[in-house]
Amino acid sequence: MSTTATTIERAVPPQAGPRAFVHRLRDGDQIAHIITLVFAAGILLITSLLVYELWVNSHLSRSKFGWLFFWTRTWDPIFDNFGAAPFIYGTLVTAVVSLVIAVPLGLAAAIFLSELAPRRISDTISFLIDLLAAVPSVIYGLLGIFIVVPLMRTTIGPILIGTLGYVPVIGKFFKGPNYGVGFFTAGIVLAIMVVPFIISVSREVLLTVPREQREAALALGATRWEATWKVVVPWAKTGIMGSVFLALARALGETMAVTMVIGNDPKISASLFAPGYTIAAVIANEFTEATGDLYLSALIELGLVLFLMTFILNGLARLLIVATERGGGHPA
Amino acid sequence: MSRVLLIWRKSLNVLMLTLTGVAALSVVSVLFLILGYLVWNGGRSLNWDFFTQLPKPVGETGGGMANAIVGSLKLLLLAALMGLPVGLMAGVYLAEFGGKTFSYVIRYTTDLLNGVPSIVIGIFAYSLAVLPVKHFSALAGGVALGIMVIPITVRSTEEFLRAVPGSLREGAMALGASKWRTIATVVLPAAKGGIITGVLLALARVAGETAPLLFTAFSNRFWSPGWGQPIASLPVMIYTYAIAPYDDWHRQAWAAGLILLALVLVANVGTRLALSRGGAGRSV
Amino acid sequence: MKRTLFVAFLLATLAVTAQAQSGTVLLNAAGATFPYPIYSKWFDVYHTAHPDVQINYQSIGSGGGIRQLLAGTVDFGASDGPMSDDQLAQAKFKILHFPTVLGAVVPTYNIPGVSGELNFTQKAIAGIYLGQITKWNDPEIAKANAGVKFPNADIVVVHRSDGSGTTYIFTDFLSKTSDEWKNKVGKGTSVNWPVGLGGKGNEGVTGLVKQTPGSIGYIELIYAVQNNIPYGKVQNAAGKFVKADLAGVTAAAAGAAKDMPEDFRVSIANAPGATSYPISSFTWLLIPAQIQDAKKREDIKGFLKWMLNDGQNYNEGLSYSRLPKPVVAKELKAISLIQ
Repeated sequence: MSTTATTIERAVPPQAGPRAFVHRLRDGDQIAHIITLVFAAGILLITSLLVYELWVNSHLSRSKFGWLFFWTRTWDPIFDNFGAAPFIYGTLVTAVVSLVIAVPLGLAAAIFLSELAPRRISDTISFLIDLLAAVPSVIYGLLGIFIVVPLMRTTIGPILIGTLGYVPVIGKFFKGPNYGVGFFTAGIVLAIMVVPFIISVSREVLLTVPREQREAALALGATRWEATWKVVVPWAKTGIMGSVFLALARALGETMAVTMVIGNDPKISASLFAPGYTIAAVIANEFTEATGDLYLSALIELGLVLFLMTFILNGLARLLIVATERGGGHPA
Repeated sequence: MSRVLLIWRKSLNVLMLTLTGVAALSVVSVLFLILGYLVWNGGRSLNWDFFTQLPKPVGETGGGMANAIVGSLKLLLLAALMGLPVGLMAGVYLAEFGGKTFSYVIRYTTDLLNGVPSIVIGIFAYSLAVLPVKHFSALAGGVALGIMVIPITVRSTEEFLRAVPGSLREGAMALGASKWRTIATVVLPAAKGGIITGVLLALARVAGETAPLLFTAFSNRFWSPGWGQPIASLPVMIYTYAIAPYDDWHRQAWAAGLILLALVLVANVGTRLALSRGGAGRSV
Repeated sequence: MKRTLFVAFLLATLAVTAQAQSGTVLLNAAGATFPYPIYSKWFDVYHTAHPDVQINYQSIGSGGGIRQLLAGTVDFGASDGPMSDDQLAQAKFKILHFPTVLGAVVPTYNIPGVSGELNFTQKAIAGIYLGQITKWNDPEIAKANAGVKFPNADIVVVHRSDGSGTTYIFTDFLSKTSDEWKNKVGKGTSVNWPVGLGGKGNEGVTGLVKQTPGSIGYIELIYAVQNNIPYGKVQNAAGKFVKADLAGVTAAAAGAAKDMPEDFRVSIANAPGATSYPISSFTWLLIPAQIQDAKKREDIKGFLKWMLNDGQNYNEGLSYSRLPKPVVAKELKAISLIQ
């Protein structure tokens, strides 16, 4: 037997073969490689398991409602009729409101930090703004309930209803009774939560715009602002879009702060001051008490929908941000 | 004509630039508003009772959140024990061993996991750790938080390992050390500061999470012995107390919010300062 | 230095995790927010008297209590709406209902300028919650309240966002008093509300009403009392306007006390009698008929016995009515059914 082993050993090149493997094994490299690989694969396992569980546990609901689930507006646990429409609506509306507030604000702040502020001040303020991103959601909810909601009811709401409510096209969004809680309030709280992401990413992207672009514009007689707005920002356009998608993905998945200020009513209303519901909020409120398998399955299907939405958005965001970092945009 | 245009452009310039400054300032001031409000409302309610007593029956004033504070710490410990090894090892793999396609897949999946809303992770942890054993537990809460810790840890570990200069690695190898030896005794220690920062930031992030705990760790009015029972936590208590009508509960919610925020901010500020001083050479 | 710190940390962790397990039984329960004030009082008092029994009750709503009991994640549940035959059939084990207290659901409101007690006709309440009566100065409300000046303000309807026994009691009343409600919406722990904001738990609804001018909500009596908010009188089956109090609730239960079914599931909404408060109800603990763990079984049975005797002394202090004597006697016998 030993003669056969020796024959094999001699015929095989040194890097491959069982003996060499054992040799590497003794060195520990192979072990280390395998161990770390296993852990890395573990992440794949966890994520696939997550998607699998979501898919399987929503089966009852998917088979009963099919695609109709997305259009149905009722959410009726008594008659076992569930539809995702009010929640998708609420999720999208609050996200859009938050972006309408956060994007101009965030972009302006990012411009200030990248173009105007001296480096040290820019770094310090940036640091402070990053801290905002670390504040837990439930604390935003706390402040939402006790500061934003009363403010909305007593001040902001009446002002907006009194002014924008009369403007022709967008007026219908600003009409109706004002309770303090509702889509708009949730949008404001979300805006504060996502603005740090917009600022942070946009600032970085703006900083990568080559100096020559600015200098060329200024040399041609542009004011500081013109150079920024007409040359620098368009150059960083794709990256800024990426930051917006990132913020959007974050806003869609926000749970606690939203459920504390949105009013928890599964209805589709034109008025931004009406109470509403989001996917994340309804899952948080009703998961532990969904009596009945179809009810629970419908909630999990909502979770699946939310997962897909954030999955697509995050993917798009990454693409856009990477695209800017790689080639840089060019003015349209 | 062109004179007017020039004045217009110049005024627009000043106006817009001022507005951007205002924007930046208002965002920063929100941070201070939050801090100020919490300190004002929460600070008044912080007393010895808060840290040492258990919650009182509904409607009675007083009592504290001792069990929630300890609960949050226990949950963090569990999350660290479950999530950190995975995150660290995977980070090492990506930085040191990874093959091209597989690494891409892992990174993509990690980003995906990072983007999953925390409530969906809660659903997952519920079906994984609550249903099979038929009760809520600290362990289930730890599982949920642990999963959330992984992506953040992977990313920062990989980043800081890559930042270690090639010369250090080559030097070690030239002296005859094998790859794993190099990693263990040279590269990791060099990246240590950054990796610890990443770990602390990940923990600070999950310390404030509420949604995934709602149906895993549940909550508990008493002390939670061991790991298999429902457990109270600061974020869940804040939520429960904030939406209730009792003023005394609101008071306690502010106090708990202050403590939670203080913990999170100290972790964030502390680690970033340590990092910039520590000389890993990166501005985070 | 670092090493000592690390060791100290490890020891502290071990100490924290090795908390006394010897003999302490932790019972987990969840469910109704309706009786939460009295349950939390009871469990606290019982624990002081029996330090080895800890009952961790989480008030997540009756729907939650039923769900978690069916899923087996709690040792017992609590609900203000008795489980339906369907739900009982869903269970893999037999479940027993044990009434604990009698309570009242009251309409509470926050109307700027109006501070007194309002009278609500049955039509008014149904109309408001159906979304048909939208202003406070509507004739249906005004006609029962001569002399009260109502503002021309929108009514903000508040209901529960979670699965609630309080909702069950309220919608049970609405279904009995309004055919339209019965056909359109029905009764249950979670219904498809025509209008309104959702608050989580009795606590959430109370909070919303307290903070929202022009609002109306339905909550358990004790929540209105503890938070000092006004609540109205409701018209009962005999046409009289009755304010929720111990006497009114006891009167409502009088009929049921005599004819209590074996499984204790009964509705006393809109009960006959001139002094009966129409939105009254029993609330139940849902106990599995078979409990494997001997210590847990004994502890639960012990608590039930205590609850039916000494526990009842705490009811009235928190605005719940005592269980009628015949019901108590019946329940004491039923405890032996728990094996």
